[in-house]
Amino acid sequence: MTATAAYQVTHLDALEAESIFVMREVVAEMERPVLLFSGGKDSIVMLRLAQKAFAPAHIPFPVMHVDTGHNFPEVLDYRDRRVAELSLHLVVASVPEALASGLVRESADGMRNRIQTPVLLDAVEKHRFDALFGGARRDEEKARAKERVFSFRDEFGQWDPKNQRPELWSLYNGRHHPGESIRVFPLSNWTELDVWHYIARERIELPSIYYAHEREVIERDGMLYAVNEFLPARAGEERFKAQVRYRTVGDASCTAAVRSDADTVEKVIEEVAATRITERGATRGDDRVSEAAMEDRKREGYF
Amino acid sequence: MTTETLTPDSARSAAAGPEVRRMDLLRFATAGSVDDGKSTLIGRLLYDTKSLFTDQLAAVEAVSAARGDEYTNLALLTDGLRAEREQGITIDVAYRYFATPRRKFIIADTPGHIQYTRNMVTGASTADLALILVDARKGLVEQSRRHAFLCSLLRVPHLVLCVNKMDLVDYSQEVFERIADEFTAFAAKLDVPDLTVVPISALKGDNIVTRSESMPWYEGPALLHHLERVHIASDRNLVDVRFPVQYVIRPQSTTVTDYRGYAGQVASGVLKPGDEVMVLPSGFTSRIASVETADGPVAEAFPPMSVTVRLEDEIDISRGDMICRPNNAPAVAQDIEAMVCWMDETRPLQVGGKYAIKHTTRTARAIVRGLHYRLDINSLHRDESAAELRLNEIGRVRLRTTIPLLADEYRRNRTTGGFVIIDETTNRTVAAGMIVETP
Repeated sequence: MTATAAYQVTHLDALEAESIFVMREVVAEMERPVLLFSGGKDSIVMLRLAQKAFAPAHIPFPVMHVDTGHNFPEVLDYRDRRVAELSLHLVVASVPEALASGLVRESADGMRNRIQTPVLLDAVEKHRFDALFGGARRDEEKARAKERVFSFRDEFGQWDPKNQRPELWSLYNGRHHPGESIRVFPLSNWTELDVWHYIARERIELPSIYYAHEREVIERDGMLYAVNEFLPARAGEERFKAQVRYRTVGDASCTAAVRSDADTVEKVIEEVAATRITERGATRGDDRVSEAAMEDRKREGYF
Repeated sequence: MTTETLTPDSARSAAAGPEVRRMDLLRFATAGSVDDGKSTLIGRLLYDTKSLFTDQLAAVEAVSAARGDEYTNLALLTDGLRAEREQGITIDVAYRYFATPRRKFIIADTPGHIQYTRNMVTGASTADLALILVDARKGLVEQSRRHAFLCSLLRVPHLVLCVNKMDLVDYSQEVFERIADEFTAFAAKLDVPDLTVVPISALKGDNIVTRSESMPWYEGPALLHHLERVHIASDRNLVDVRFPVQYVIRPQSTTVTDYRGYAGQVASGVLKPGDEVMVLPSGFTSRIASVETADGPVAEAFPPMSVTVRLEDEIDISRGDMICRPNNAPAVAQDIEAMVCWMDETRPLQVGGKYAIKHTTRTARAIVRGLHYRLDINSLHRDESAAELRLNEIGRVRLRTTIPLLADEYRRNRTTGGFVIIDETTNRTVAAGMIVETP
């Protein structure tokens, strides 16, 4: 805590205190919480907050990675190191396994964003998780701007935006019947810039792809995609080397990079502070489908 | 007039520099309807602080054009849900964010329609400040008074009345003063601690980021200047030590043994090692051994810090207990007099009804023993013949709880004075309550 003046706290301290409060509420009131860990910066910050919330005890819940099979190797490596370092229990909800067992089928465009939802819901049911921490923030997308910190999901994992529970003061209602669950978003009130300021303040290590590096890319729909086994160049697409970094980390087949020379956290903060395009708009092919792309996926149980 | 169109020239964004270490956080609620220019105002605040992005603006422009709107409808920025866009209405509280080098702001943007008292109450519950908009041409309307009343009911410490569309009344000082006087007189009846009135034009940018040259007669600050500087630190109650125990930390570890810490967020007051404390409801006393965070011990804890408190003596303490001072404790009460705002459309509050009640970190069951009156929030008339409270209705009730609540009057402490009521069969949050007294 760094007090600015007598009995004042900074915005980062206030956000941290709120997030820690939310995480403790969940552990105190819910039976089987789990933290969704993608290896993205938001879930990494969430993990740091979980460490702080329960110190000196270990984090009292497992983490779950919804593995689309389209991974950046740097991110998988990071995940495994973190899990070992914090003695976490890791649950992997595997899309490739779900494809093999017939639970889901590959979508026509080859993107796995939509088919990861049934895989997630299947894992929730199997492990009987009743609270899922997600790193979503309200500044990310307008369907998220109206979501609660404690977001109720019915037995089909669905979100009903018109039927949300009023959320007053810091009194969160996590009550649910068997089979239903609550998605919990401790970073609801953080912005992309807050997350980066916090990463800088806490000196949190991130997967290297968040910082500028040279990579072979192609340009598709005005976005730069890394060429890899999941995303081969199509005929007529020119492969070239560019200095890029990732603003978000998701499925490697639908997450684009941005041109950037920001190779340190300070430079990334400068870049984020100056940027005029939202992170999802700049880097996520999956959100460009329609005006309500996110709302539709959330209704189905996406996080 | 400062600017004709939305321009980023005056833009200031939260810089990367050392200022961030001094930024604090202000939460404010906005109330008013689309007609009052609320969305335009929010759009301008976001745009002028570089918090509105070009892809968001482009998306809004495209949708506006497709709908045949004559202007870029900034309401579409916050109306994120499909049903809202289709029906052109706002159905829920939307949270928006912007920052200047001084402060981070969280806006709880609440729809202004009559049926959405529920949303206004929700947005106001966490607000340090509320911003009410009126159209300078129309002056105060029923809705403005209702919003002011709800802000005072929820004890929002600072109120700002924005008299908007001043450009449409020729920037008339007389029009402004008439509205300001009328509102000030009304607010005086409501016990509003701090009121500021600003003449603005959200569309033209007058008195939003910089002082308007069109209104030289106005000597107060521009809106953003006021939002950045309004003093909120002293709104926190630093007198009454209230630490609701949220969770007991007891590591099951071979390296850390005999550790027992009480985790929670300081609701009010200042906790320091060595302080004598009392734990409720048991009444046992001890001293604070240390106040800890994951980053190490701290010399003192105050709101809104989340910390872990350790005591010198081993006392049986669990979630829902409250750490306070022996000479300054909340009431330990099973009979509660409270103002309640009913939020459920499916079933009304009824006398004799049994519910769950969530108050601080404590959950109890409660029965409604009586409904004293239903309040007409437009006339402030008390209807003592009311037998129930329906959606968006407010009334004074008497509750009896199964276990004592450790409670203060809401006017003294928003954290230990507020509660929600939950329907145990549907699990829905059906009401917000504010404790008036604990007889």
